[in-house]
Amino acid sequence: MGEHIIKLPDVGEGVAEAELVEWHVKVGDLVREDTVLAAVMTDKATVEIPSPVDGEILWLGAEIGDTVAIGSPIVRLKVAGEGNVKPESSPAAETINAEPPAKLATPKPEAAPPSPKAPPKADEAKAKPAPSPASPKATGQVSISGAPRPEGEKPLASPAIRLRAREAGIDLRQVAGSGPASRISHEDIDAFLARGPQVAKTSGLARNDSIEDVKVIGLRRKIAEKMTIAKSRIPHITYVEEIDVTALEDLRAALNKEKRAAKGAERPKLTLLPFLMRAMVKAIADQPNLNALFDDEAGIIHQHGGVHIGIAAQTPSGLVVPVVKHAEARDIWDCGAEVNRLAEAAKSGTATRDELSGSTITITSLGAMGGVATTPVINHPEVAIIGVNKMMVRPVWDGTQFMPRKMMNLSSSFDHRVIDGWDAAVFVQRIKTLLETPALIFVD
Amino acid sequence: MKEISCKLLVIGAGPGGYVCAIRAGQLGVDTVIVEAGKPGGTCLNVGCIPSKALIHAAEEFEKVAHMAGGKSPLGISVAAPTLDLTRTVAWKDGIVSRLNSGVAGLLKKAKVKTVQGWATFRDGKTVEVETETGTQVIRAEVVVIATGSAPVELPFLPFGGPVISSTEALALGEVPKKLAVVGGGYIGLELGIAFAKMGAAVTVVEALPRVLAQYDAELTRPVVKRLAELGIEVMAGAKAKGLSTKGDALLVETSDGKNAKLAVDKILVTVGRKPVTEGWDLEQIDLDMAGKFIRIDDQCRSSMRGIFAIGDVTGEPMLAHRAMAQGEMVAEIVAGHKRSWDKRAIPAVCFTDPELLTAGLSPEEAKAVSSEIKIGLFPFAANGRAMTKLGEDGFVRVVARADNHLVLGIQAVGQGVSELSAVFGLALEMGARLEDIAGTIHAHPTQGEGFQEAALKALGHALHI
Repeated sequence: MGEHIIKLPDVGEGVAEAELVEWHVKVGDLVREDTVLAAVMTDKATVEIPSPVDGEILWLGAEIGDTVAIGSPIVRLKVAGEGNVKPESSPAAETINAEPPAKLATPKPEAAPPSPKAPPKADEAKAKPAPSPASPKATGQVSISGAPRPEGEKPLASPAIRLRAREAGIDLRQVAGSGPASRISHEDIDAFLARGPQVAKTSGLARNDSIEDVKVIGLRRKIAEKMTIAKSRIPHITYVEEIDVTALEDLRAALNKEKRAAKGAERPKLTLLPFLMRAMVKAIADQPNLNALFDDEAGIIHQHGGVHIGIAAQTPSGLVVPVVKHAEARDIWDCGAEVNRLAEAAKSGTATRDELSGSTITITSLGAMGGVATTPVINHPEVAIIGVNKMMVRPVWDGTQFMPRKMMNLSSSFDHRVIDGWDAAVFVQRIKTLLETPALIFVD
Repeated sequence: MKEISCKLLVIGAGPGGYVCAIRAGQLGVDTVIVEAGKPGGTCLNVGCIPSKALIHAAEEFEKVAHMAGGKSPLGISVAAPTLDLTRTVAWKDGIVSRLNSGVAGLLKKAKVKTVQGWATFRDGKTVEVETETGTQVIRAEVVVIATGSAPVELPFLPFGGPVISSTEALALGEVPKKLAVVGGGYIGLELGIAFAKMGAAVTVVEALPRVLAQYDAELTRPVVKRLAELGIEVMAGAKAKGLSTKGDALLVETSDGKNAKLAVDKILVTVGRKPVTEGWDLEQIDLDMAGKFIRIDDQCRSSMRGIFAIGDVTGEPMLAHRAMAQGEMVAEIVAGHKRSWDKRAIPAVCFTDPELLTAGLSPEEAKAVSSEIKIGLFPFAANGRAMTKLGEDGFVRVVARADNHLVLGIQAVGQGVSELSAVFGLALEMGARLEDIAGTIHAHPTQGEGFQEAALKALGHALHI
């Protein structure tokens, strides 16, 4: 019998550490080769760590939420044969066991030095009277946390307490007793009075004082970090404009009807997104400084020739941003197909790290949820994000009368450090012109 | 016709009524109390107090008679005693009289106006009282009905002649040679035992299969044993049928259906008490009733606004201390305090020999409210103090919930156990668990130790048994 140590493999280029987001095994489990042991998350992607050998789990080197450096031991397995730990190196393994250096996260409180309180001596413990056999049962029967007493059971309280409650207008049936057999004391009345009368008045609506601690891990943590960076470093300017998409909608309907009839299932059903993407490509051609990554530490704006449009998408585990690469080189159908493919991949969790990174500008849409306007948060280090609000038919004054028009708002944010309000407005107005006269999208 | 007005009018100066009036007076409520007889009601005049006086005299007489028999293990011998019942009754009347004036004094001190006479309702706010000096009309904002109860009369054995109620039994000029007691409840047995000790040949006729049927058989066993020792004959399951034509015998149908004739000098009928709801024009105010009694809520309010009822007229248990607690509560409600009936226990004492005491739930009642119970019973035969008093018969019994050891009921039977009622009542009102009683030091040597030991027994570690 030997030991096999599994180290965190290199999960992607340039990645030095990864967050452990899930254990699929626990100590004592028997695993086969290729059994998935754990999942780790890098900047964008979740990577599963399979077992390279058969064996029994002896030790797990990290807790969920810990950030682990590439190459750190994360699992020790008992395996048949020699394993990969030589006998003379076992002290090293023990060291690992004793203090996993792989953990980059701050030590947990339980790892703190032992509390100054000495553990009770054995004889002291013995001297303590054994708890009354009744107490645990009693508190179980009538919970001291204030659970209602069984129907018809009188609250247990001395005459003095009952009188005080009567005069204070307290219904003792509502008061939790902290004494033996849930006897109500003066202190319980004090506590009840301090909490106020709303508890007593509840009629079916119970107060809920519970607090659930949810560890922010995995994708949620990534999102939290990114949002913090974006909002703390980027002074946003948000510009909202309404766009008449009546013509665009007519065109979209016509294209969907004709092209799909002609080409069959090969062509996707077009949404509004591909048109917006193509309009953005056109507008960016005039204002390339909006398709850029701002390295504020180096003081350099990387203006990209390729328009890589991130599409913010909601997935069961949170927000991800798959990227349509080189939108400038894709026609409207190609854009549509690529958006559909990436959205599907993101939702099913199969999007690769490559597909989830490399955007130079982003579109965010709450789609059917509606909303008149949003204040989108820029996908750092980009400098612009276009937010799509819900399209709806509104009355529009055409100079002589109100006309029902399909109107849609665009809420767009820009990094005001490098984009002036004027430039932002020019960009959005350009997109507005393109979308309101969609033929312009297709004319060079 | 004179008229007076007041805030509170109390009808009846028994223990319920006079306590209500005194407390109301203390609280500054303008109060009038009406009483046809002497203050103190049944309890003071023809109930608790005089009966206890007679019972004590009988006990003392029996003790001396026992010593005169030369069989006292204490080594005391005396000449055969004689009893002058007239003097005994005079002594008893002296006590009653002192207490009458005591109550009257307390009412006066509390600035309560007492009107002597019989009250009848004119309407819910107005009462007419026939006094010696004419009709007095009293108008009140609040009326408390505390008219009490009276002995139940059997139609075939009407009171009069040899047939007496407890009232007459307490004022006899001589001890009847042969006494039949119809009704083996607590009043019949208290008085029957007393007269037996004073030398009467006593026969108890009880329709139910056993005497003191409201108590469980375990509890009454020492009393039944003592009845035999005192030579009291018990005819259980037997029905009194009436008086013989000569008026010197009681006709009885025995448990096996035969007719018997008991030669008697007196027949004491103690078949219960009924509320006094007649003679004061209850019909004028048309209150809701609960059976024979006036229906009340947990504040002793009747169905009519501004009319309260307390004491025996409101139902069982017909006990003076219940009436007193109700009276005190009602006075405080009338004075504007927030009060409601939330007592946990009304202890009940039966001054038989030995005495019976119950507080809270009996084992049977406890089983009905709690799925599992614990019972601890400690016999006085294992109690040193009881031995030194020649009172080894009897026991203390504690009934508690099995899950949290909350004490639900406490019973005792034995010499002098009536005085334990204070501690039994306190334990129940305070919500004691078995551990509380077991953990309280009880002075040695006292019969009260039996209480602690019974609790320890229920916990499984009694020390002296």
